Amino acid sequence: MLTNVLRNFRALPFAILLIVATALPVLAGPFEDAVGKFANDEFSDTEEAVGAIATSGNPLAYPIISALQDGRLMADPETKKVFVTQTDGKIIDAATGTPVASIPDSAAAVRLNNRLRRAVEAALGGLTLLSPDPAKRIQAAQSVFKTHDEALLPVVDGALQKETNKGAKLAFSEARAAILLFKADATDAEKLEAIATIKARGDQEALALLTGLSGDQSPAIARAAANATSAIQSNLALWSMVQNAWYGLSLGSVLLLAAIGLAITFGVMGVINMAHGEMVMIGAYVTFVVQEVIRTSYPGWFDYSLLMAVPLAFIVAGAIGILIERTIIRFLYGRPLETLLATWGLSLVLQQAVRTMFGPTNREVGSPSWMSGAFELGQITITYNRLWILCFTMAVFAILLAMLRYTSLGLEMRAVTQNRRMAASMGIATSRVDALTFGLGSGIAGIAGVALSQIDNVSPNLGQSYIIDSFMVVVFGGVGNLWGTLVGAFTLGIANKFLEPVAGAVLGKIAILVLIILFIQKRPRGLFALKGRAVEA
Amino acid sequence: MRHVLTRSLDRSATVFLLVVAAVGILIPLSNLLLPDGSLFQVPTYLVSLFGKYVCYAILALSIDLIWGYCGILSLGHGAFFALGGYAMGMYLMRQIGSRGVYGNSVLPDFMVFLNYPKLPWYWHGFDMFWFAALMVLLVPGLLAFCFGWLAFRSRVTGVYLSIITQAMTYALLLAFFRNDFGFGGNNGLTDFKDILGFNVQAESTRAALFALSCLALLVGFLLCRAVVTSKLGKVLIAIRDAESRTRFLGYRVESYKLFVFTLSACMAGVAGALYVPQVGIINPGEFAPGNSIEAVIWVAVGGRGTLIGAALGAVVVNYAKTVFTSGPLAPYWLFMLGALFILVTLLLPKGIVGTFHAWWEPWKAQRLSANSESAAREDGVSEPKMAE
Repeated sequence: MLTNVLRNFRALPFAILLIVATALPVLAGPFEDAVGKFANDEFSDTEEAVGAIATSGNPLAYPIISALQDGRLMADPETKKVFVTQTDGKIIDAATGTPVASIPDSAAAVRLNNRLRRAVEAALGGLTLLSPDPAKRIQAAQSVFKTHDEALLPVVDGALQKETNKGAKLAFSEARAAILLFKADATDAEKLEAIATIKARGDQEALALLTGLSGDQSPAIARAAANATSAIQSNLALWSMVQNAWYGLSLGSVLLLAAIGLAITFGVMGVINMAHGEMVMIGAYVTFVVQEVIRTSYPGWFDYSLLMAVPLAFIVAGAIGILIERTIIRFLYGRPLETLLATWGLSLVLQQAVRTMFGPTNREVGSPSWMSGAFELGQITITYNRLWILCFTMAVFAILLAMLRYTSLGLEMRAVTQNRRMAASMGIATSRVDALTFGLGSGIAGIAGVALSQIDNVSPNLGQSYIIDSFMVVVFGGVGNLWGTLVGAFTLGIANKFLEPVAGAVLGKIAILVLIILFIQKRPRGLFALKGRAVEA
Repeated sequence: MRHVLTRSLDRSATVFLLVVAAVGILIPLSNLLLPDGSLFQVPTYLVSLFGKYVCYAILALSIDLIWGYCGILSLGHGAFFALGGYAMGMYLMRQIGSRGVYGNSVLPDFMVFLNYPKLPWYWHGFDMFWFAALMVLLVPGLLAFCFGWLAFRSRVTGVYLSIITQAMTYALLLAFFRNDFGFGGNNGLTDFKDILGFNVQAESTRAALFALSCLALLVGFLLCRAVVTSKLGKVLIAIRDAESRTRFLGYRVESYKLFVFTLSACMAGVAGALYVPQVGIINPGEFAPGNSIEAVIWVAVGGRGTLIGAALGAVVVNYAKTVFTSGPLAPYWLFMLGALFILVTLLLPKGIVGTFHAWWEPWKAQRLSANSESAAREDGVSEPKMAE
């Protein structure tokens, strides 16, 4: 009980001073008086001055006290003037903040002893706790949570009472709980409450705090701490599942984006396009070129660079795709293995061409402002670029699905997929459909390149790293059905991310490859295989 | 035996055998017997280079056996090649003994470096040559058997099979890059000293290895000829051309495929085993999917389904690679290689040898029929027409 009273008593002057300081910021009288005390060269006066300045809310408080800590605070006992030598070498009058040409010879650095040094440190920590910027307050409270420095308890208490920002209030109460938990003379009731607060926070740091608790606690507290620890652990395990699922979705969306064009060309034409990865790479380089042009000519439009790159990449990659179909693949129909070899050769040529034009090194592709940054959802961090790529993938998928369903080209493509000869007999110009399909598949790969340029290195080898994964998705998902590709991509993505923490990144990937090879035994034509006569065509 | 030989050797096969045998004898002899700097002396570095080509030719032969005669396009044959190479590399590593940098008589250098407490179990036995030689055949053969058994039984064909063979070699690539996998990580196995007690760097050893590679090529070629000219070979070709029909005729397609796939993998393993001591290093890069596809293009260039063409293609393409990648034309090599893939598949689908045959055969047939016509006129008897 006594400690409680004491604590309140100690907090009282701070609270009052805070109210005064916030209510009357224009009255600088007490502040100037406090600054003047430095000149007395008495430790007790200096301590009073530090306390008063720290709680004054004056913008000069931080520079003065940090100067005191570094020995840059000079006081002149004769004129009672105090000066601060700023870190950039300029000198200001501590009381008014006005610049001063030089410090008088009679001035000397204000001295500190160990007791004072602690007070100064606490005051500095407290000053950021009282910063007018809520984000800084939260940050300061977080660091207090980690260090749980007892000396800061009064400041935290004071800040908590006056705080109006919801996030900062939570941070302060958590910081307070952390301090109380480690405070030797806190009551059991306080500690239990503190444990409850920390348990509610429930993250890795809360766990570290609880496990760092010394063993000599009363049984009730030890039990509560153990319960809280296990609760946080299971909570964290759940969140890490959510995190893995999110990473899996993110990887799945990338795979889907890379594989979807491949699925179309493979499904409709039975052609394995080994140069598909290079179409992705070309899309990424289109993004690079668009950004270069914008950077040099229209810097203000940078945020729209990706929006411009998407149609351009589609057109460029699609045009190259149609060109390839008309000049090479057209002559190889019915010989899928030869097509595979020819497109592999093509991929070598395209890679080398890009290497000759843009150099072998990685090219810098920037992110527009709306794609950078991240936000927190529970215990996981979600970056905007991954989120946008997921949304973008789903949009592309939906558009493609609608196109296949509702346009005449889509109808023709489906007809050719199901039965090429019958489609031709019904008057569908299959060779035109082939060319357009190949163009469409390549164009979508180009779009994928725009998105992948945001999360991967834009280099001539960009496509190579996706081609095997894309094949796996198509083979796993089955041919002739875009839903198969969707399911395949997300299954592989999520499975990969769930295996990674268990087996490590490389072994996880190997395991996935082996599983696919085994899966193919069970369903030789993928999850969603075409049925009927078309199969043996 | 005599029957098999006569059946499997037509005139071009005999010529090929004689050429390989001549090369296998003359090059080592000229390297060893003639004085350095003589016009006809083949320098040692060229002997090793040619040895490499011969190993590639064996690999190409093994690919042609399954692709050209059975229609199985494996994009992962480099994996069998590399596995054979690793088996030989492990033997060579064990032969270093205490002459390594760390002087450990049991553990190879990289294991000492990576703090292995003792030799992993799968390294035991590789200090004996016969065991390593057995493994050269057994490891790729076993992998191919398991892989093929799973794949062919469930009728994975065409591009699907190609893709999963590629996935197989890619998975192995990733695995062998790992340090804790026990095969030296990305540095692979190197710094070899002896093979069967002979110094691998010595001229005579290099010449002997070259001669051995030629011998292996000869044996491999004879084996392939024996297979493809037998009744089994006829079934293989039937599978290539109409798999379902062959199955309906009552042949167990998967057994035929499995046999030829496993045989081919063993050949690739031997090629890899001969390759490693001549090149002096084996690393996971050999598993790269690109290597396997490149090997397929050798076969396509030479002519698939001709065997001789496969060997020829491997030598021609690799010679071109050596010429191009070492000179000022190096940046253009990938253009060349890529163009080779495209042009060969588009314009030269039968490859060099196949196209040559296509020109040669009609001419020969014309000459033959001209001969027989004149003979018939002399006899006054017309030959009966063949039934359609």
